[in-house]
Amino acid sequence: MNFDVENIRKDFPILSKKINNKPLIYFDNAATSQTPTSVINSISNYYNNYNANIHRGVHSLSEEATQDFESARTKIKEHFNAGDTKEIIFTSGTTHSINIVANGYTDILKSGDEIIVSGLEHHSNIVPWQMMTKKNNAKLKVIPLKENGELDLKVFENLISDKTKLVFINHVSNALGVINPIKKIIEIAHKNGAVVLVDGAQSSAHFDIDLQKLDVDFFTASAHKLCGPTGIGFLYGKKELLDLIPPYMGGGEMISEVTFEKTTYADLPHKFEAGTPNISGAIAFGYALDYLNNIGLDNIKKYEDYLLDYATNKLKQIDGMIIYGDTPNKTSVISFNIDGLHAYDIGSILDKFGIAVRTGQHCAQPIMDYFKISGTVRASFSFINTIEEIDELIKAITFAKQMLS
Amino acid sequence: MTISEKGQSLVEDFSFMEDWTEKYQYLIDLSKNLAPMDTKFKVEENIIKGCQSKVWLKASFENELINFQADSDAIISKGIVAILLSVLNDRKPNEILNADLSFIDQIGLKEHLSPNRANGLSSMLKQIKFYALAYSKLN
Repeated sequence: MNFDVENIRKDFPILSKKINNKPLIYFDNAATSQTPTSVINSISNYYNNYNANIHRGVHSLSEEATQDFESARTKIKEHFNAGDTKEIIFTSGTTHSINIVANGYTDILKSGDEIIVSGLEHHSNIVPWQMMTKKNNAKLKVIPLKENGELDLKVFENLISDKTKLVFINHVSNALGVINPIKKIIEIAHKNGAVVLVDGAQSSAHFDIDLQKLDVDFFTASAHKLCGPTGIGFLYGKKELLDLIPPYMGGGEMISEVTFEKTTYADLPHKFEAGTPNISGAIAFGYALDYLNNIGLDNIKKYEDYLLDYATNKLKQIDGMIIYGDTPNKTSVISFNIDGLHAYDIGSILDKFGIAVRTGQHCAQPIMDYFKISGTVRASFSFINTIEEIDELIKAITFAKQMLS
Repeated sequence: MTISEKGQSLVEDFSFMEDWTEKYQYLIDLSKNLAPMDTKFKVEENIIKGCQSKVWLKASFENELINFQADSDAIISKGIVAILLSVLNDRKPNEILNADLSFIDQIGLKEHLSPNRANGLSSMLKQIKFYALAYSKLN
């Protein structure tokens, strides 16, 4: 495999850290990605050299900060191939973005209208809709899973009708890594006149996404899954839809005119960006995209697929191994259990080997209910990981298994 | 032995253990030797909230002593609750409420006290103390 992982690893200072006297092996990339030096430096550079509030200042610092903040927006627009920078709203992350759309549609939907979510959703793409349907009595329907963790599209085609107004779906399941056929889902939804929101938190770090080609109506991602900082992300929406929905928060930045009788909202994207935004975070998000594009998402995908195949084959050789979402159509995430053992016990012992995995329900209780399990161990790989690290994982799991049996 | 003495004897036992594997093995052995919990008590209301694994804890009060029964679906969590019970079981409510629990830090289980550690040693301790407080009011 022609991928210079050793050189890339030098960009990530955290990888020199020791955990329990062992070199850190970070397999929790689906929860948050690690941060390269260029991104970390962009944050300190902002605070050292041009920390200022943006958009309205006439002084040089403010102009410099505004320019970099807006150039980050342009980078996002270009990276994801949106039609217009106005369609890119900075948010605190995916959860915030979903809440903007859910809140925006609260008064638009009526009793009798229907919305569809997938059975693979993170709680953040379930709870806001439940909150919404409580207010407007719209009906929430769920696309069920199949045994291999993929969505049952046949059922989806039966669930959808002209009553369906919105469809919400994650691009990649955070709990299983399964890639959903969003292109097909968007086509079916549009034929029925429904609007689609795709949660790209788990997809955007792993392969190229072309928003215009997908013809998706809303899309969201979080920077911290893409080598950027926490607390910043974006919501993409088609302009006509963003114009349709009301703002989520009131305050500064989002208005064009205010009297005590009436406020006129600012134009897009500022209508949804009330208050002083996470300026350094947005700028660092731009640097994170530069970093990823410099390596190339195609190269990243090839290398991560290679790690995934290697790890899947090795794990399957362990007696009692059960992999959930065992389909070729997935990102570099392996969610598993070992027959008779608790995920928590395995995770605790892996930690002693310096290996960071996630255990539990992964904020996706409906998926765990479907498989009738209390949780899984989730190892999520990224392009900073190595084959040697996967070998260490296998050794540690074998050790844990012996110790716990 | 008082709670404090029992705690100190545990600290001594742990001081002979050379690395984490021995400590974990000790927890696993304790977990296997914990008196089985009556299945009728393994119900939702006895589950300790805040644990990633299921931990059940049930108390009864007889002859001024609190008797605890516990179980968990995870071995390490069960070992941790077993360690706590080996020190705190069959004690008077006030003994538990006034107990010196410094042994937990000293035996190196402190890492399990951080709120992110979903096994919830802290939740287990809190629940044990809740029972002690409730029974102390009965006296």
